[in-house]
Amino acid sequence: MDLAALAIAVPLLAAAGLVGLRPLLPRWGAQVLGVAAAAAVAVLCSIVLVRARDETLVYWLGGWRPRGGVAIGIGFEIDQFGAGAAVLAALLAVGAVVFSLRYVGETDDLFEALMLVFLAGMVGFSFSGDLFTLFVFFELTLISAFVLCGYQIERRAPLEGSLNFAVVNSVGGFLFLFGIGLVYGRTGALNLAQIGRVLDGEPADALVAVAFGLIVCALLIKAAIVPFHFWLADAYAVARTPVCILLAGVMSELGLYAVGRIYWSAFSGAFTGAEGELRAILVAAGVVTAVLGALMALAQTHLKRLLAFVTVSYLGLMLAGVGLLTAEGLAGAALFAVGDGFLKAALFVGVGVVQHRFGHVDVGPLHGRGRALTVTAVLFAVSSFAVASLPPFGSFLGKTLLEHGATSAGYGWLVPVFVGVSALCGAALLRAWARVFAGLGEPAEEPRTIESSGEEAGREGDEPPGRRPWTMLLPLAAFIVAGLAAGVWPGLADGTVAAAERFVDHRSYAVSALGGSAGPPRAAIPSGVPHWYDWLYSAISLGGAVLVAWVTLQGRRPARPLRRPLSVLRAAHSGHPGDYVAFVVAGTAILGGLFTLLLT
Amino acid sequence: MSAPALVVAAWLLLIGLYGVVTSRHLVHLIVCLSVAQASTYVLLLAVGFREGAKAPIFGDIPASSPVVDPVVQALTLTDIVVQASVSALLLALAIQARKRFGTVDPNRIGELRG
Repeated sequence: MDLAALAIAVPLLAAAGLVGLRPLLPRWGAQVLGVAAAAAVAVLCSIVLVRARDETLVYWLGGWRPRGGVAIGIGFEIDQFGAGAAVLAALLAVGAVVFSLRYVGETDDLFEALMLVFLAGMVGFSFSGDLFTLFVFFELTLISAFVLCGYQIERRAPLEGSLNFAVVNSVGGFLFLFGIGLVYGRTGALNLAQIGRVLDGEPADALVAVAFGLIVCALLIKAAIVPFHFWLADAYAVARTPVCILLAGVMSELGLYAVGRIYWSAFSGAFTGAEGELRAILVAAGVVTAVLGALMALAQTHLKRLLAFVTVSYLGLMLAGVGLLTAEGLAGAALFAVGDGFLKAALFVGVGVVQHRFGHVDVGPLHGRGRALTVTAVLFAVSSFAVASLPPFGSFLGKTLLEHGATSAGYGWLVPVFVGVSALCGAALLRAWARVFAGLGEPAEEPRTIESSGEEAGREGDEPPGRRPWTMLLPLAAFIVAGLAAGVWPGLADGTVAAAERFVDHRSYAVSALGGSAGPPRAAIPSGVPHWYDWLYSAISLGGAVLVAWVTLQGRRPARPLRRPLSVLRAAHSGHPGDYVAFVVAGTAILGGLFTLLLT
Repeated sequence: MSAPALVVAAWLLLIGLYGVVTSRHLVHLIVCLSVAQASTYVLLLAVGFREGAKAPIFGDIPASSPVVDPVVQALTLTDIVVQASVSALLLALAIQARKRFGTVDPNRIGELRG
């Protein structure tokens, strides 16, 4: 399966070429090369996705195959979920690079090079079949993301955002590697399938539980789960729009993908019998994240920071889905991640158009000024409703599957949580839309959270008023169409459930990697979604979103009993990397302690 | 894996993170990150250590002689490279903070709140 290796080599080589040929290459040449390389990755990953339909693809780099069930070489193990995540990353990257053609006035070839390295890191991360390769691609992704986030280093906010991002996620890297060291010390293996076989025989002891806890916490830092989420709002609020598309659309979701990948391939045998406890911990973390993120989103007046908290909130929903530890919940989370990834990318592009036109993205001063941007206003409204699970977008279908997964796993109380969180996030988006694009309500008077003056750099003064370059509107429309396709593609829900059944099959994963005999394949049950009541849930979400948006548009301040908790919550987002690391340490201690107490 | 090595590794991780949490100077903060990172080197090398074993280079020793685990050494090397690039990036940010905003106190760069 050499195409998989090519999908990582192509962007890395193109990035090296962009840097090496900088003196010779004209600016447009670099941009064409950037778009072409990203598009090539998208094509390669799509071919891999199609081929992964029937079997898990295994590729041993340099031909170092396992002998006698012992793997020393580095292996890629690609199933539909990994390939799908890579396709999502590549498609978003194409859109992001196209969007940046006109937008990023002052960037040079290094920007495209970094975007390609970022993409290569994410593709490698989704393909990896062993812990250390996961770690290496984890770091490669993050380092390029740190640099991209702080690209406008001459300004205060990006510098601070990048610093917080880098410090918190470096700590995540240490925890990850510490966990890997403990696992290797116990099992003598790095390959996920081989670790799984060694751990299978006996129930987990404290060392295995601690190692699992450290690895999961590291991945949850990347996935911005409360209390590890602080860096995300800072980083996403200051990064340029093309970077935000990749960060919010796919990078954080990959952390959750890896939690599932590592759990089902390596640890699920050791934790047999303790699934109930693990499920309770993960679902609780997901719900807390979803609710906190939605409340914080409602409190924001900076458009990108608002979108960042919507991202946090929805990552919580996805963790609750993965944490159900069933194929249906996992399938729902995956489908939701794809649909929501495209739609959130569309929203970020919409915000990028606003920034391009007005030079900043603060709701207060922008009041009503968005009326001039008719097309963007319409598309932004559509994406906002779609994020609040408007049928038939991918977010609706994914959330429907999630709700079914929750009900059949005995977590029926999650359904109102999902509906309510969608309503709150939708309300935050719709209220911002109403203020900026329709001029409704009173202008927000909250102080600006982030300096805006310097963002003029994103604006091109020679652009005639009222015209947006097609390179901006094209990705916006394309992302919405992709989000729609993720909801109406025939057979997608059943196909995702079938893929999830294979993803959670601990034994057949080991067999496809290391050989041996597999049991009969698990039969996938058709999901049969959506039912009539799913439309009802969606209607409640949408109605609730409009209602909450309308009510909060009237009064400028939140209701009295909410003020104090909200101000405490906002004060916790202090912008200080030390505080964030303190939360990380506390969260790791709590989660790791719970794992050790409950799973052994 | 010996218990003292594990204790040293855990101690390095905690003391490094304590330094990061309480730091008032960016360069100090970055050095504290490196200290925390060093815990993973200690842990990995301790995992592969064997009493009385030689370095895993078979040029001048018989192929049957006991050696320490080369895999963890490769991991440690990779990790050092990762850490070097992250430190370089963070130090570059610290220099920018000093040059443009005249401060290296993470409390004073602050603009992102709430």
